[in-house]
Amino acid sequence: MFQVRIHGRGGQGVVTAAELLAVAAFREGRHAQAFPSFGSERTGAPVVSYCRIDDREIRTREPINAPDAVVIQDVTLIHQVDLFSGLEESGYVLINTSRTFTELGLGELVERCRPDHLMTCPATELALEHVGRPVPNAALLGGFAALTGQVPIHAIGDALRDRFGPTIGERNLAAATAAFDHVRAQMEVVSGAAAD
Amino acid sequence: MLQQIEGSHAIAESVARCRPEVVCAYPISPQTHIIEAIGAMVKEGTLAPCEFINVESEFAAMSVSIGASAAGARAYTATASQGLLFMIEAVYNAAGLGLPIVMTLANRAIGAPINIWNDHSDAMAVRDSGWIQLFAETNQEAADLHVQAFRLAEDLSVPVMVCMDGFILTHAVEGVDLLDQEQVDRFLPPYEPRQVLDPEDPASIGAMVGPEAFEEVRYLAHLRQLDALDRIPEIAAEFAEMFGRDSGGLVRPYRLADADTVIVAMGSVLGTIKDAVDERREAGERIGVLGITSFRPFPLEAVRQALGARERVIVVEKAFSLGMGGVLATDVAMAIGTTTLHTVVAGLGGRPITRVALLDMVDRARAGALEPLSFLDLDEGVIARERARMATVRRSGPFAENVLRDLGRPREDQA
Repeated sequence: MFQVRIHGRGGQGVVTAAELLAVAAFREGRHAQAFPSFGSERTGAPVVSYCRIDDREIRTREPINAPDAVVIQDVTLIHQVDLFSGLEESGYVLINTSRTFTELGLGELVERCRPDHLMTCPATELALEHVGRPVPNAALLGGFAALTGQVPIHAIGDALRDRFGPTIGERNLAAATAAFDHVRAQMEVVSGAAAD
Repeated sequence: MLQQIEGSHAIAESVARCRPEVVCAYPISPQTHIIEAIGAMVKEGTLAPCEFINVESEFAAMSVSIGASAAGARAYTATASQGLLFMIEAVYNAAGLGLPIVMTLANRAIGAPINIWNDHSDAMAVRDSGWIQLFAETNQEAADLHVQAFRLAEDLSVPVMVCMDGFILTHAVEGVDLLDQEQVDRFLPPYEPRQVLDPEDPASIGAMVGPEAFEEVRYLAHLRQLDALDRIPEIAAEFAEMFGRDSGGLVRPYRLADADTVIVAMGSVLGTIKDAVDERREAGERIGVLGITSFRPFPLEAVRQALGARERVIVVEKAFSLGMGGVLATDVAMAIGTTTLHTVVAGLGGRPITRVALLDMVDRARAGALEPLSFLDLDEGVIARERARMATVRRSGPFAENVLRDLGRPREDQA
């Protein structure tokens, strides 16, 4: 089972992101379960959502305490919320930022985790460019697809078109594809550096 | 068709295909998405003929449902928590009048303290109302149970409540294979009331009954509940034969063969429990699960047969009776008699029930260290400090505020 925890703020489509990811995995013939951290959410408040992906039926209903991947939609949550709780050394992290992990004060994570599993992506900028709204969720899903290989980008596209219709869906897919390429390029740089 | 869908939307689709003629509900979390979706279908005309009636409260929602059902319409509503309590007088009336209303209960805790998260306190509060109460383990089962519920309700002229865990199921997006319209029509014939208000053939419903007959009327209602003990498995079997899927029924045994320890529970926590049990089975432990689908009527005989003579039975329940203990456990104890039985109250007000905590519970039961009544993941420190405070200060104030203040206070051991 692959478990994803998505952190963001109310209004950034955190819950929708987990749902889209579950639909994309389902489209690929896998079992998936998405659910929000339930609470009195309001715009700007910290929000968490979860998604599990597996090749067999998912029965557990507990929150995800040991994620395989953490997606951070909003950097202002760093040092405010325990974002990386339960994350293994082999885990993946994707952050919506144009800064580096070290610049964000996440040096501890850089020391602990695999460099090719820690990626950033300017998802809000990509969303503004392609969708015209500062909602980073779809772009980050593209980045997630590149980083983890858990779902192909075309499945993300299917989920986006299902949810938002052809026009808005395509724009979101454009943002997701740009993020996919961005993260893929970043990974090549890291693996190139490792080869040197 | 199998689709990846939010639980609430799966229920709305499933209910719509049961062709309700009147839907009247008042929104309350975590039921809201179900009602919004049905309202939209009525407005778009995709659910027709159907009247969606807006009202000012849950009391009115159930009252309108009663009126609609008595006039011969297939009626549906949904609520949760405080909303159920607000309609409770009408809830009893619907059952007492024998009206086959189907209601979704998106299970949520009851205040005070106010809490919007999941537990089973709301369902337990109307346990004795005369409604049939069926608990869904998954969204698939919840969707299927609604189709079965209309059939059951109308067969017996008894209202049926489909209980599904609020948020945990209602807000989860997962795979659900929904029956299409043709399949539902094949399973659920049009509503033919056993009693109806008809100007052409006047009759009254809702007579006052005095001491001379009240006991008998009540006993008849009890017998009808007992009839449901036969009809529930029959309807589930017919459903399975028609659609190839096990949903509903009275109880759901899992890995019970040769188990010396059995965990009993209701609702979505069964999935987490099964995962924990699988882990222990792989390690050679003789442990199994009994899920209770029909809480009212309570299947005493089926529970007795399933539990037989076990070394220990642990009932994990998301509600308890203050000043007494387990609610489900009391019913289970009635079924099995003398086997060592533990009640573990868990998941109140939305507290997560984890595999690790469940496994620790099993270990403590095997070691003889599990009390007859215990509370999963209870913070003993908070309890002890508040009890001590209460003992020293007469005007000690409300628990809720004191506990929140206690938890928010920086402590040396947390530094």
